[in-house]
Amino acid sequence: MTAASPPEVLRAPLVVEFPFTRSLGPVQSAFLTGLREGVVLGVKTSDGKVMVPPVEYDPVTAEEIRELVEVAATGTVTTWAWNDRPRPQQPLDTPFAWVLVKLDGADTALLHALDAPGPDAVRTGMRVRVRWAAERTGAITDIACFEPYDGPAGGAAVPHDGSFAGAVTGIVAEARLDYVYSPGRAQTAYIEALSERRTVGERCPSCHKVYVPPRGACPTCGVATTDRVEVGPAGTVTTFCIVNIKAKNLDIEVPYVYAHIALDGAGLALHGRIGGIPYDQVRMGLRVEPVWTEGGRYPDHYRPTGEPDADYDAYKELI
Amino acid sequence: MARYAREVAVVAFAQSDHLRRTDELSEVEMVMPVLHQVLAATGLKAGEIGFTCSGSSDYLAGRAFSFTMTLDGVGAWPPISESHVEMDGAWALYEAWVKIQTGEADTALVYAYGKSSPGSVRDVLTRQLDPYYVAPLWPDAVALAALQAQALIDAGETEESALAAVGARSRDAATANPHAQLRGPVPQGDYQVRPLRTGDCPPVGDGVAAVVLAAGDLARRLCERPAWITGIDHRIEAHSLGLRDLTDSPSTRLAAERAGVFEAPVDTAELHAPFSSQEIVLRKALGLTDEVSVNPSGGALAANPMMAAGLIRIGEAAARIHRGASRRAVAHATSGPCLQQNLVAVLEGDAR
Ligand SMILES: [Zn+2]
Repeated sequence: MTAASPPEVLRAPLVVEFPFTRSLGPVQSAFLTGLREGVVLGVKTSDGKVMVPPVEYDPVTAEEIRELVEVAATGTVTTWAWNDRPRPQQPLDTPFAWVLVKLDGADTALLHALDAPGPDAVRTGMRVRVRWAAERTGAITDIACFEPYDGPAGGAAVPHDGSFAGAVTGIVAEARLDYVYSPGRAQTAYIEALSERRTVGERCPSCHKVYVPPRGACPTCGVATTDRVEVGPAGTVTTFCIVNIKAKNLDIEVPYVYAHIALDGAGLALHGRIGGIPYDQVRMGLRVEPVWTEGGRYPDHYRPTGEPDADYDAYKELI
Repeated sequence: MARYAREVAVVAFAQSDHLRRTDELSEVEMVMPVLHQVLAATGLKAGEIGFTCSGSSDYLAGRAFSFTMTLDGVGAWPPISESHVEMDGAWALYEAWVKIQTGEADTALVYAYGKSSPGSVRDVLTRQLDPYYVAPLWPDAVALAALQAQALIDAGETEESALAAVGARSRDAATANPHAQLRGPVPQGDYQVRPLRTGDCPPVGDGVAAVVLAAGDLARRLCERPAWITGIDHRIEAHSLGLRDLTDSPSTRLAAERAGVFEAPVDTAELHAPFSSQEIVLRKALGLTDEVSVNPSGGALAANPMMAAGLIRIGEAAARIHRGASRRAVAHATSGPCLQQNLVAVLEGDAR
């Protein structure tokens, strides 16, 4: 047993990507399809206000609103902010202004980007128009951005039935976030020991249970686990299941056995695959040891040691 | 005191030092010392707490269900009564307060944490925006706050020098706060998104806060001078920024009214205003005069651990009452872009 020493902090890139598929209601469908067709639609509330972008329920009365109207592609900036350093996924890759724009015929403002030569060329009240994207798919990005405009203003909103051929009924909301992951003190020690083909846990100073893998805290006592303890390498199968479904991208023949394995000296079981024995001969109490593959960063699987089975009383608390 | 069924007080508050990064600590390793500290202040053991509630967001560190891991730091076995909100811990405190009001618990442990250092919090926060019309444009948190700041400037309610003064006053106040991330003179710096400069924006960092709530006479036994929550309320506004008057915060004003803020003067205000311009909006919504001490802790401009900074406002206001530096304080927490959601609490000490 050794006291935990300050670790070299492990760090690794972690990318989270998710393409949420979202369906559109009648109002959002009409609005986004309209953008694809170069038409900006809003909705009219019962008190005659025109909302662009449109919402399906009146934010004041919560009444359902469905009365679509067409507004102009020209409008007025209601507030703005100059963005000198565009971030990767923003609408323009040159410096631009974020703007809220009240389109002619609308009573509310739409958030988007304004392409302008610099902050001195932007002010609240300035006139702008939509610059359409070259390729449009039925998304808010069909508006590439706004641009300064000094032509005539558009008129009042006019009724629109909101129907277009090939209406867009859903969007895919793509997102990617980049992180640098650090596992913390306890798990760093665990991962570093694995690189030497050793398994270390941490003992709770209060209840003396040894946690593998350690997360730095005893969930029973709510205190830090600090004493590092080497466990295994051999252990005992405490329970298991037979897997009959082949996992995607996993090159393992079915059926195979996935088991809880209590490594010698550990206070709880971890899980791993059992190999080197026919699946229907795996049993509770089977003594196993890890098998490492060349370059593997954790045991590939566990195989029988050939020792006699462990007595039930020796592992029953760990099931 | 007759506003609610039960008297409930903040009896203890603890927080971590708020740091730019804490790579050496997992989330539970970061949270646990603060939990121990807040419990030690009351003499309660984790197993004696009636209800536990936490606030955090998986998106900050990019880890799914991370709050279940931090429960290890509470000691969740034998089983405890527990809940979680995927937002600022101030809302976890509200849930815990409701739990005590219903009589289902007499004490509650509320904690909140944010580990922003693994990712880019400006980009991460875009994922809380409307996914149809706004999120695909990736407007970051500073950009949206800057739109609000320009709206205030256009309305004649502030100017850039006044915003700079808010930042300077906050970081000056934070010199007395050993937990703060930014203390003392901080250069106003370059524009991040104009009109907001570096000094108008909060630091990005990792941190934890925890509070213990207790009801009635139990609160009096656990704390010499309990900080009674005599009013608490939270309100939300339309999510679309183009529908809102960004120069005002009607949700803050309504929550304050329902919490009884305007029924008597307050001497202290802890406002969750991550951007200098937002303090201007909140002062107006809450009707704060120059006699009120605003953010004596330094506020979110000195330390803004996401998901904990709002709970810290309640904790700081309570701590001032605990030590007799305040009689009646207002604490405010916010969530979402441009002060979309707002929680207001009134904390009072017994007269003496
Ligand atoms: Zn323990």
